Amino acid sequence: MDLQQLHQIQPYLWTLPLKPGEVRGEVLLYGSAPLLVSMDDKVLEQIANVAQLPGLVGAAITMPDAHWGYGFPIGGVAAFDAEQGGIISAGGVGFDISCGIRCLRSNLRLQDVTPRLSTLADRLFQTIPAGVGEEGALKLDTKQLDQVLLGGARWAVQQGYGTEADLEYIEEQGCVTGAVPANVSELAKKRQRGEMGTLGSGNHYLEVQVVDRIFDFAAAEAFGLQEGQIIISIHCGSRGLGHQIGTDYLVMLAKAAGRCGIHLPDRELACAPIKSLEGQQYIGAMNAGINCALANRQILAHLARETFREVFPSSALETLFDVSHNTCKIEKHEVDGRSRLLHVHRKGATRAFGPGHASLPKRYRAVGQPVIIGGSMGTGSYVLAGSSGNPAFASSSHGAGRALSRHQALSRWQGKQLISELAQQGILIRSRSMRGVAEEAPGAYKDVDLVAEATEQAGLARRVAFLRPKACVKG
Amino acid sequence: MAKNTKTVPHYFEHDADVGIIGCGSTIEQAFEVAAQAMFAIVTNLDTVQPDVSIAFEFEEDDLELALVTWLNLLLGKARELGMIFCRFHVHHQGKLWHAEVRGEKWHADLEHGVEVKGATLTMLSVKQIGAMWEARCVVDV
Repeated sequence: MDLQQLHQIQPYLWTLPLKPGEVRGEVLLYGSAPLLVSMDDKVLEQIANVAQLPGLVGAAITMPDAHWGYGFPIGGVAAFDAEQGGIISAGGVGFDISCGIRCLRSNLRLQDVTPRLSTLADRLFQTIPAGVGEEGALKLDTKQLDQVLLGGARWAVQQGYGTEADLEYIEEQGCVTGAVPANVSELAKKRQRGEMGTLGSGNHYLEVQVVDRIFDFAAAEAFGLQEGQIIISIHCGSRGLGHQIGTDYLVMLAKAAGRCGIHLPDRELACAPIKSLEGQQYIGAMNAGINCALANRQILAHLARETFREVFPSSALETLFDVSHNTCKIEKHEVDGRSRLLHVHRKGATRAFGPGHASLPKRYRAVGQPVIIGGSMGTGSYVLAGSSGNPAFASSSHGAGRALSRHQALSRWQGKQLISELAQQGILIRSRSMRGVAEEAPGAYKDVDLVAEATEQAGLARRVAFLRPKACVKG
Repeated sequence: MAKNTKTVPHYFEHDADVGIIGCGSTIEQAFEVAAQAMFAIVTNLDTVQPDVSIAFEFEEDDLELALVTWLNLLLGKARELGMIFCRFHVHHQGKLWHAEVRGEKWHADLEHGVEVKGATLTMLSVKQIGAMWEARCVVDV
């Protein structure tokens, strides 16, 4: 991205000035100059397109890890007001509805795990269904699936996957309201029949990590984190059901936009007024997709727990937090001194409520919401805490963000060689897809340290701990 | 069937996902090659046996949306039936599209590539270039 096009407002905040005759809302980009320079120009084009959508409140915003997506950039945030003709966009949520990260803290130390790390990685690889075509043990009929779509992680706990204590540490306590299973197509439900409790592929993973460095000791204490502690992170979403909801509504909303007279600078921004029939139908289906993802991660957390207990009988894994980063949620935000109810799209962006927010579990309320920035399998991830006065509708980065395309990564790396090199660094990779490993090469991602630092400097969230990978199950 | 034509799948760059291109002397051939390009991300199609045939229809009068609908129906059918497809045939009369595809049940011996979540409207185009038709879009992986 050419920084000459931008105007720097603060060291980590930039804006795109309006061209003569251009009509759109404000565009704000968070990040350092090196991060913005490394972004594709398409990010700017896409977020400027978002700023043209009706009912936008404040600015269309990108996070420091933004990269070229479809419709919205990944790392894009935009809030809309239903009372001002605001829209809901399937492209602003993404195909993998409620893709997110479940983070579990353990009572194990690195020295406990190291002697049996290879056994643990092998058993997790056998237990966690991952990759193309892999199905879970759980097979649900349409009626049972409707219960999942209404109940989310709460449903999963009722079926014996995990405990009530998990629910307190999941956004919306594991279940969003407003899910309408009837708005989800039969094909979507059929796609999900064998996919509950599966990881998927691409950038999804289950990773065993060690707390390598603490930045904020007070927040780390609240989050129950100590140096040398073993952490488990599970990155996945709503699987085939969510993908099919995205598919079904993308075309429907693209047509609805035309009918409603909404000019779409990019067809992928497929959207409809929040108050329209199509908009309401999508919101009901999307909420069902969110609950599906929450249930999926709950089941996977349970499978991880069982596997840990098998290898380390005295182990205990508690949910640190479960955050989604592909959603649209109805939230109250203060805008120009007035509290407003907004539909906040976060596409590849994490909600990051600051200290004192009423929705946070008591244990975290004084320090802010845990935010997880998932890095590559060779570098590491960050746990952060939501900052007071977050200026981006309480949003934060969600990952390192790609620096190279999948095609470029495939031409530079080979899966087997990468696995061997990472093993020499003490990181064990288990995957059935050598193509997938090559595409997810650590070198294909931006420097996660720069992303986390920029996230903190921009006032979006504060770094709490750095997690170094030890073993990774890839789809 | 696209398998018997001279056209081969092509790809174009996209940061996070994959751009697919299908070319052929007809719209239908371009669609069929685009489908090959998409499923070749999932596995090596040369090793997939065309044992089982699936037929379906859909309606769409917008050519670009028809491409996305075709690709997404293929993904949906594949996951619903636990299959991988390797041969593709589609033809249309006006807005009515008839499809017949062949493949086999997914099994562990197949090469594991990357799952495709859906075909998107990004960089979507269906156009005639000289004597050839080209169909392209980004698929989310």
